[in-house]
Amino acid sequence: MTWIAKPKLHHPTLTCNAAGFTRRDYEGAVSTLCAGCGHDSISAAIIQACWELDIEPHRVAKLSGIGCSSKTPTYFLGQSHGFNTVHGRMPSVLTGANLANKELLYLGVSGDGDSASIGIGQFVHAIRRGVNMVYIVENNGVYGLTKGQFSATADLGSKSKKGVTNTDSPLDMVGLALQLGASFVARGFSGDKPQLVPLIKAAIKHKGSAFLDVISPCVAFNNHPGSTKSYDYVREHNEAANKLDFIDGRDEITVDYAEGELIDVTQHDGNVIRLRKLAASYSPHDRVAAMNYLHERSAKGEVVTGLLYVDEDSHDLHGHLNTVPTPFNRLGAKELSPGSATLEKINAALR
Amino acid sequence: MKPTDIRVPDYFHKVVDCQWACPAHTPVPEYIRLIAAGRHDDAYMINWKSNVFPGILGRTCDRPCEPACRRGRVEENNGAKPEPVAICRLKRVCADNKDAEAIRARMPKPAVKKNGRRIACVGAGPASLTVARDLAPLGYHVTVFEADAKGGGFMRTQVPRFRLPEAVIDEEVGYILDLGVEFRGGTRIASMRALLAQKFDAVFVGSGAPRGRDLEIPGRREAAANIHIGLDWLASVYFEHVKKIGRRVIVLGGGNTAMDCCRSSRRLGGEDVKVIVRSGFEEMKASPWEKEDAMHEGIPILNYLVPKAFVHEHGKLTGMTFEKVHAEHDAKGRRRLVPTGEPDQFFECDDVLIAIGQENAFPWIERDIGIEFDAEWDMPVVDKMTMQSSNPKVFFGGDAAFGPKNIIWAVAHGHDAAVSIDKLLNGGDIRERPEPGVSLISQKMGIHEWSYDNDISNDARYAVPWRDKAQTLKSIKTEVELGFDAKSALAEAERCLNCDVQTVFTKDVCIECDACVDICPMDCISFTSNGEEADLRTHLSAPALNLTQALYVSDTLKTGRVMVKDEDVCLHCGLCAERCPTGAWDMRKFFLEMTHAGPGCHKQVKREAA
Repeated sequence: MTWIAKPKLHHPTLTCNAAGFTRRDYEGAVSTLCAGCGHDSISAAIIQACWELDIEPHRVAKLSGIGCSSKTPTYFLGQSHGFNTVHGRMPSVLTGANLANKELLYLGVSGDGDSASIGIGQFVHAIRRGVNMVYIVENNGVYGLTKGQFSATADLGSKSKKGVTNTDSPLDMVGLALQLGASFVARGFSGDKPQLVPLIKAAIKHKGSAFLDVISPCVAFNNHPGSTKSYDYVREHNEAANKLDFIDGRDEITVDYAEGELIDVTQHDGNVIRLRKLAASYSPHDRVAAMNYLHERSAKGEVVTGLLYVDEDSHDLHGHLNTVPTPFNRLGAKELSPGSATLEKINAALR
Repeated sequence: MKPTDIRVPDYFHKVVDCQWACPAHTPVPEYIRLIAAGRHDDAYMINWKSNVFPGILGRTCDRPCEPACRRGRVEENNGAKPEPVAICRLKRVCADNKDAEAIRARMPKPAVKKNGRRIACVGAGPASLTVARDLAPLGYHVTVFEADAKGGGFMRTQVPRFRLPEAVIDEEVGYILDLGVEFRGGTRIASMRALLAQKFDAVFVGSGAPRGRDLEIPGRREAAANIHIGLDWLASVYFEHVKKIGRRVIVLGGGNTAMDCCRSSRRLGGEDVKVIVRSGFEEMKASPWEKEDAMHEGIPILNYLVPKAFVHEHGKLTGMTFEKVHAEHDAKGRRRLVPTGEPDQFFECDDVLIAIGQENAFPWIERDIGIEFDAEWDMPVVDKMTMQSSNPKVFFGGDAAFGPKNIIWAVAHGHDAAVSIDKLLNGGDIRERPEPGVSLISQKMGIHEWSYDNDISNDARYAVPWRDKAQTLKSIKTEVELGFDAKSALAEAERCLNCDVQTVFTKDVCIECDACVDICPMDCISFTSNGEEADLRTHLSAPALNLTQALYVSDTLKTGRVMVKDEDVCLHCGLCAERCPTGAWDMRKFFLEMTHAGPGCHKQVKREAA
């Protein structure tokens, strides 16, 4: 843990985005995680993505549960709203917040312990309901805060720092999200920001539940030979399905690729995600094929990364519920509680 | 790019911008830290070793270190006006607060055993005194010849007392003369031939550039009684031959001597004193702070006025006329002053001080004794590295060598000449210069503890307090600047970025986790594919546009990339090292000391090839 605050001085060429902020303005307090933690790189990627998208910090709510990963919202977007929930309950609190005020950008930040063990029940329902959010799991395969026990996402046969082999089957959060109907599913790696930043940007711009599994090596307890979540292992076995360029509506598309190499995905607000295919046959529009591809590759010990699935015509929870355009938190008492006469009328209609 | 070889002393030396810019290569951050720690004696001795005159330079140095200071660059676009650390005035703090007795005890002692060699130094200015200081403790018999009664040269006779109290000169000149140096005051050397005939083993000429340039325009002779050459006039003021000046004074010239002239005039009865320069205000040679000091005393500086004539009536000066000009630049970017065509401007005055430059004068060096002079400038031919003239036993330094510079350059020349003399008289090759003494030591004390204060101060530069103007203008001997008090000295010292505490990268243990990239407040660090320097500079975390600052490039890492660090605006905060899980980054103090005359300079150091 670093004892001094990160100096306020910044590079002389640092520029402001359209919202009037420098990238440094999207930072939070200095991290208290172990030096070299992958989570810090994810925080940096979130900062970069939010800056590039000109997001106004006060329009963001970052929610988390308990764990190393769930500490990280302190370290980015220091000017945004934050809610640190009970262990594993972040998805439910986020769902409630989203119902109350659908206009904020919801950033759920969790880990493999918080989401794949204690909070799995909450996680699955937030996803299947299609809550409009970015759900990031900072996945390191161990319980870092309690000194490195295997988590539910630890691969079968992988070794702990002390040399113990994991005998339990792993829980694949990406597979789970695909199965549960997430309309945006991706996997990134904390050690590859050129891939991770566009993924986060695309997820932020996606309407519906966007799930992002980010392999994030735990330097203290899970970065040794035998681990399948170490920097070296992920770099060796990283199988990127595609390379992503997030194209803001304002940007001109200038890069040319040969036909058939590119897939353009247009999002609700007109933004385009441009995918450069790395795996020739891979299509990010086919949920079933995505699941098959994932299983195939992981059977070979590969870690598939990239944008794995996206539904261009996605809907979110508010769409499903057909809520009024005005966020609930801005409705008055009269609209929210129309009185006993109205209740009588409704009851009568149902008799 | 090839991996950076940090074993070459110049690499990290250049990162310490202040030390690199200092002609004497004073280890600036080291003494600033000592001042912050209240260790004034230690800070003074570091200075004394490198630049010989800490108290004098702490008031009068031209401070080449400050424009070079990294602090000035990192504050750019960060709010307040970017300003370097007040290095020069911090130096004064250690001189003001040292324990004089303790310092005296730490000074070298006169050599017990003389080596039988005799060295003559001509002039007792900073260059000669540096030679004397470096050589006398080694056993050389050094004789310093000086026309004036006391040593110090220009520092004593031309720099006015309100900038530099005489006690400071006495003290610091005294430290040198106490080393067993033979001082012959009141002895002007009139003939080099005669001096050489005295069979000295080496002669060092540090006689300065004593002749002030005159201005031959109409009226010069007729009004001569009220027209003075600035340099001579300042000396006359020092010797108290001159005690007052007219009410209205014009000072011609834009250098530091002009600033000393106008401010002295204000103290000797000049009420309406103005400085008039030919070219633009910005182009003036005077240091910006000296211009500020003059203007603070109510002295206007008028520019783009070329002197045309001294106007006089009945043999008495009444004023001066000037032609108005403006600057034009030709295709080659050379500046020319072109008349604007407006009517000439007339300024009334009672006295004029001419401070338009100074020149070397060697009427006492015969031209047939083997000391070659340059045909165009009539200057001695002197080797820039060894300070040796065409007579192997005769060396030049300070303003006498290459024309007017400043005290700190004179000191640097003195050190170089002393090394040459010492090597020459010990049978060495004087063209082989000694390597500096270098160490690189980790500052790690604990998990996130360093033996230097790595927290970066956000304070703007502190101004040195001035004595009240009403008081200072009353006497030419009242020092204007009061020096930093303990509190502001500490705060100013904290602005120093400790650029000598280097970020050292060990490629083999790096796991490329990006922690250093993420934490670096100045976006100095990148992991990227290698390339040509020009290309590499454009695709880093932040563009590396300052071409005078190096890129620190590692060998190829596991992923095939390299680590590139732009040294330009690094805060040396050590956060990269704090956030590094494997110790691939470490903060190591680079201490470089120039090797002066003595046994160290005789050794032939062979560095292994990179």
